[in-house]
Amino acid sequence: MSLLQIEGLGIDFGGLRAVNDVGFSLKPGEIVSVIGPNGAGKTTLFNMISGVYAPARGRVVLNGEDITRMPPHMLARRGLSRTFQNLQIFQSMTVLENAVAGHHLHERGSVFADLFSLPAARRRSKASEDSARALLDRVGLGRAAEQEASSLSYGALKRLEIARALALKPRVLLLDEPAAGCNAVETEEIDHLIAQVAAEGVSILLVEHDMKMVMRISNHIVVLDHGEKIAEGEPAAIARNPRVIEAYLGAQATEAQNADG
Amino acid sequence: MPELLQFLLSGITVGAVYALVALGFTIIYNASDVVNFAQGEFVMLGGMITVFASAAGLPLPLAALIAIIATAAIGVALNKLAIEPARGAPVVSLIIITIGASIFIRGATQLVFDKQIHRFPAFSGDQPILIGGATILPQSLWVIAGALAVFFCLWLFFTRTLIGRAVLATANNRVAAQLVGINTNYVMTLSFAMSAAIGALAGVLVTPITLTSYDVGLALALKGFAAAMLGGMGNPKGALVGGLLLGVLEAMTAGYISSQYKDAAAFVVILAVLFAMPQGLFGRKPTDRV
Repeated sequence: MSLLQIEGLGIDFGGLRAVNDVGFSLKPGEIVSVIGPNGAGKTTLFNMISGVYAPARGRVVLNGEDITRMPPHMLARRGLSRTFQNLQIFQSMTVLENAVAGHHLHERGSVFADLFSLPAARRRSKASEDSARALLDRVGLGRAAEQEASSLSYGALKRLEIARALALKPRVLLLDEPAAGCNAVETEEIDHLIAQVAAEGVSILLVEHDMKMVMRISNHIVVLDHGEKIAEGEPAAIARNPRVIEAYLGAQATEAQNADG
Repeated sequence: MPELLQFLLSGITVGAVYALVALGFTIIYNASDVVNFAQGEFVMLGGMITVFASAAGLPLPLAALIAIIATAAIGVALNKLAIEPARGAPVVSLIIITIGASIFIRGATQLVFDKQIHRFPAFSGDQPILIGGATILPQSLWVIAGALAVFFCLWLFFTRTLIGRAVLATANNRVAAQLVGINTNYVMTLSFAMSAAIGALAGVLVTPITLTSYDVGLALALKGFAAAMLGGMGNPKGALVGGLLLGVLEAMTAGYISSQYKDAAAFVVILAVLFAMPQGLFGRKPTDRV
């Protein structure tokens, strides 16, 4: 049974059909990548699934519930969390505070206990802080916990955003180009992290330009071109698909050859 | 010497009002980066609604309570009807909307109520209290206690409670706040309700001393804005200290130079702050990065 079901999703910007009739599904613990040339509609698709844009057509179903057009904060509460290509971090908070912010969603306590700093409230914030620190260790930011987020490098901020998304204990995690701007070592770390998270049963939907990474970790690949789904399947089948090679991998392969030569 | 003490006492009284207005600015600014220039109208509404509710026969405490609740509702309406539909507009546009709202509220108040000057009796009588040769009205103590109480509650709210921290997170990054499950629309509504209620409370406390009419809001908004700038926009401690400093500065200017220059003090402060330290006494340096 699928955890996240995308059905016939579409949106227009003015006269442009940015995304049209895209559908696929994710099972628990599955890693699905959405690939396609620049402007194919990948991020637009993400924005519709995560409630940033309201789709004109189609449905998004999470665990049997129709979540189409729900605002982002309600999606977060239902276990759908995401990262952004251009980072959405609390810049003037510390790294730890950013991670703790993700935990607050699961905190339930009275305002009264908070105000008077009762033991229950203190225990709660201690527990949030401990699990936030554990998450930071996991993404390799444990030692930067007390630094202001704005002092981190781009690659580190990417990992911080993933840590914060994980703090929400999501069932579905949407990652928009998590490896962009990262060096080879960092990319591999993110690679491992994604595989681990998926192994714990979280479904991952990935937009990524690093084709090696996509081929390595995806269970399933959806290919978009000009806002339409032109293929989907296992990585090996996608790599052989002539339409995909024409639309996307062809250009990529030529580029790779040029870079090698 | 009693002269100096007298100026100091009246300065602190006026300063406490400015501090309350500045604290109102703080909340909305924290949630949205918007400086709400209708804040002064909230103070005016607090006074005016109390006047007319008590004239209608309600006991004063009940009239004051109704004024505070009604003003909070008007604050929420301002957010829902004028600010929220303009979501995504630059902050400057939103600030101009609040200026428009303040003109509208002033006009509506003239129509609904009247253009007369009103007051209601002081809470604890009008017998001045003698302190070291100077005097202070009992009502002044109410105003000062009100400012301190509101400051303390806000400080607890922003540092201790989850919803207070959600307000700060929303100001820091709205999209990120939504991502971690914060309902940012609710945060905005709450901020306007709280700001308006604090403004109305200031109006209730100060009307027995300064009297009220439909047009007292503008001057209060400008003075409160100067106080908030001086203390550092967005910081409750800055609002309190900035308000008290500005009040004392005004009283000293009026006492030692000329009462004609009293109002100039606030504007000299704004200019000095903008030139010398735009972040104010307690404000954070901006940490934008591109």
